[in-house]
Amino acid sequence: MALIELKHVVAGYGGAPILNGVDIAIDKSDIGVIVGPNGAGKSTTLKAIFGLLEVTGGTIEFGGENIANSLPDRLVPKGLGFVPQEKNVFTSMSVEENLEMGAFTRRDDFSETMQWVYEMFPVLAEKRRQPTGELSGGQRQMVAMGRALMSRPTLLLLDEPSAGLSPRYVIEIFETIVRINQEGVGILMVEQNARQALAFASKGFVLAGGQNRFTGTGAELIADPEVAKSFLGG
Amino acid sequence: MDELIFFINRVLISGTVLGSIYALGAIGVTLIFGILRFAHFAHGDMMTMGAFVAFLLASVLAAMGIILPLPMAFVVLPLAMAITAFLALGIDKAFYAPLRRQGAKPVTLLIASIGVTLMIQGLVRLLFGSGTRPLFVAGEAKDIFRIDMSWAGGSRPISITEPQVLMFVVTAILVLALHFFLTRSRLGKAMRAMADNADLAQVSGINTALVVRVTWVIAGALACVAGTMLALDVALMPDLAFNIVLPIFAAAIVGGLGHTYGAIVGGFLIAFAETLAVFNWTAILRPLNAVLPEGWSLPANLALVPTEYKLTVAFVILVITLLVRPTGIFKGAST
Amino acid sequence: MSAASTPARGWNTPLRRGLAIFAMVFLLAVVTGISQGSASILLILTQATAYALIALGLNIQWGYGGLFNFAIMGFLMVGGAATVFLSYPVNAEFWHSDGPLLLGRALVAFLIGLGLVWAARQSHRIGLGGKARTALVVIAWFAAYIIYRSQIDPAAAYIESTAGFVGGLGLHPVLGWAFGGLVSAIIAYYVGRICLGLRTDYLAIATIGISEILRALIKNMDWLTRGTMTVSPMPWPTPLPQELQAAGFSIANSFVFARLGFLALAAVILVGAFVLVQRAYGGPWGRMMRAIRDNHIAADSMGKDVTGRQLELFILGSILMGVGGAILATFTQIFDPSGYQPINHTFMIWVMVIVGGAGNNWGAVLGAFLIYIVWIISDPLAQVIFLNLSSLTNSLGWGAIPEIDSRALQMRVFVLGVVISIALRYAPRGLIPEVVRRET
Repeated sequence: MALIELKHVVAGYGGAPILNGVDIAIDKSDIGVIVGPNGAGKSTTLKAIFGLLEVTGGTIEFGGENIANSLPDRLVPKGLGFVPQEKNVFTSMSVEENLEMGAFTRRDDFSETMQWVYEMFPVLAEKRRQPTGELSGGQRQMVAMGRALMSRPTLLLLDEPSAGLSPRYVIEIFETIVRINQEGVGILMVEQNARQALAFASKGFVLAGGQNRFTGTGAELIADPEVAKSFLGG
Repeated sequence: MDELIFFINRVLISGTVLGSIYALGAIGVTLIFGILRFAHFAHGDMMTMGAFVAFLLASVLAAMGIILPLPMAFVVLPLAMAITAFLALGIDKAFYAPLRRQGAKPVTLLIASIGVTLMIQGLVRLLFGSGTRPLFVAGEAKDIFRIDMSWAGGSRPISITEPQVLMFVVTAILVLALHFFLTRSRLGKAMRAMADNADLAQVSGINTALVVRVTWVIAGALACVAGTMLALDVALMPDLAFNIVLPIFAAAIVGGLGHTYGAIVGGFLIAFAETLAVFNWTAILRPLNAVLPEGWSLPANLALVPTEYKLTVAFVILVITLLVRPTGIFKGAST
Repeated sequence: MSAASTPARGWNTPLRRGLAIFAMVFLLAVVTGISQGSASILLILTQATAYALIALGLNIQWGYGGLFNFAIMGFLMVGGAATVFLSYPVNAEFWHSDGPLLLGRALVAFLIGLGLVWAARQSHRIGLGGKARTALVVIAWFAAYIIYRSQIDPAAAYIESTAGFVGGLGLHPVLGWAFGGLVSAIIAYYVGRICLGLRTDYLAIATIGISEILRALIKNMDWLTRGTMTVSPMPWPTPLPQELQAAGFSIANSFVFARLGFLALAAVILVGAFVLVQRAYGGPWGRMMRAIRDNHIAADSMGKDVTGRQLELFILGSILMGVGGAILATFTQIFDPSGYQPINHTFMIWVMVIVGGAGNNWGAVLGAFLIYIVWIISDPLAQVIFLNLSSLTNSLGWGAIPEIDSRALQMRVFVLGVVISIALRYAPRGLIPEVVRRET
């Protein structure tokens, strides 16, 4: 059974729908990547999963139940994590406090998880008491991801994790994502850097106009001349 | 030495008392602004409400024959705080939460809070009458401590009243408790997180409804203390806190909306600005008379601003801050 | 406040609703008149007319411009003070004393102070920049303040101890009303220049602060306004009851007809202002205003002078408020600075506009009449309730309820709060909401 499955999802902000019947399914071992032109509905898909906008049609199955239109703070204890594209850290709070906030829903001792995050991002261990607002863009992205990992999600949603980062950080972030996936967390991410992201995607979804256009493994999509011409050009 | 004593009595002590009151009120305003994103104009009346609750409780206890060495209003304070916090939650549930659910803009909520102000004011006056009365029950009186300063060459004592001493102690305790709550406890940090970035807080799994409730509880409890202290220091009247709303907003804005420590600093700043502005500096500068040449002397009253304009000082500071540096000292929210 | 387009087809909803609501308010007025007496209802209606004018002013500022003016009380006071100055009989004592001379010197000091500040602000021309210039400007303000105070304090003390206050110019009250509008406009200009850049709820707070500052100033300038000792009686533009009595009317009739005369005059002014504003709203100027209100940023990028237009609206609205405030002061024949309360004079107007319907002039006028009548009758209604309650508690042995009169008065405040809470929740766009005509 898939970890998460979107079936014919129709969703929007209240007016005309942005998603017009989207199908996506990934397993725990997958790194799923959603690519497509601007306005295709990539970020909207993630937000629809996380209850941040109105789903008016279709179902989103996670852990055996339809989680469409749930409240975001109910989804975190169920094993979902979300890293937004912008404003994804608490700038006035320290690195360690950001991580603590990620563990808010946990009632048990989460020091082990915090250790795990610090091992994944050694730089953060050094700067654990610094206010996050003072860190660089790449370091902030690390804090953002670390925060989402603190609740030990089974599925991690990432909205354009490489946006605005220098090339060196982009590689680092992607490598970390692969590592997180290897440690047992399913990944579903939206990316503008289509070629780079699809390179290690086990499942790729090309969206346009709020609908699926192409689906396959990352390698298949890169190799497909039609996909490459229309969507991976730049 | 006498001049210094005069200064201490008139400025230091009364400024600190006023500052404590402003600070406690401003903390509530700034918390509500940081987490609920609107200007809670009814906060002054929440303070009045708290003071009247304390008065009711104290009167009831006195009627039952229970008298203690401390002013009764202080004794009932914990219970009064709890009741006021409960009322604050009720007001939010009845008047603000429905509008928030409808997606109301901050200004709509401001107007709603004006509606709440009117209702509380009207209700309080309806129930208690418009008159002024002291907050002491059953024949209590203000104990005044006089510290003799003759050993330092002063001919008058430093005088401080019992309520004022209690005020300092209570304020210090509350501020400390709040500090620990916000920096050490899970819920307190969640509040800071929500004030920082409400969307991210929700996405992180923070129970935003719970944080909102805790905010009202804290704001209500602190408002009760501030209102009761003000009533003890001055007198209990329905108009009590309406005059205070603007200085409290001034304090919160000057300190940076959303910043708790800023609110405290702002509160004392405004209080001392008011006190110093109406202070008659001639009283201190009198020794200078001896140094001035023949025929010259200091004017009888060298106050920066006449006493009638004391509250106006806070308004002027408010307007200037909004125009010049709306983010305040600690760079809170602005446009 | 976002306008929705409703099909104004035939005898359907908006027009019918509006008429029905107007009919209800009319009925309410008639009922009140029957129970309180015709002299009383005429008093209420005349004051409501003045308030309608003020509400119209707020509608221009908020309904058209989206400006959150909470300084209404201040403008009312300014209008009242202005008409006092112009229409109150001449105080001969003042003009024969040294008062004018001392005031003249204070005026000179004021101008010198202003000049100093202006000069300091120009200091950037001689090369002073940034912090140095700001410091210089602050020092200039300080110096100006001290210079002005040094002249005005003795002048004020002198006037207050000899002639009492400056007195008026003894001109016709209607001129006084116009002067009220003029002074309001000037103050609105400066307030607007300073404040209109603020975000909405900050603008609200800032204007409340300014209103309080204005109140403190007017209340304490005893030499100009007599402060807490109040100015009365103010002359009327139409015959006073006393004058009618002298002409042979009975006492009861004199009040009725005198107020009728005043009401007629006030109504003429209201209708005139209403027609002017309505026509402006429908024309190109109005369309531009609404475009700016509904989309600030887009309008700005299209090159429309947003701030300039907002200032225009602010001033126009304030003129109406000033005139309304002047009319109120003249009608009640008393100018009492302490009698101005934010509740009565700022918040109530807001309730009128919100309940009536922001952005719609008919709504504002309707709201004014409705809310004012509700405000007034809350008192007698509460009295009845309290009296009954009191006899109940009396019979239970708890004693009568003290101070029923002043408590019943407070019911008005409570009712106002309830009305606005209900309105915000269930009818946020008001009883007669803005009707947007579809423009092709």
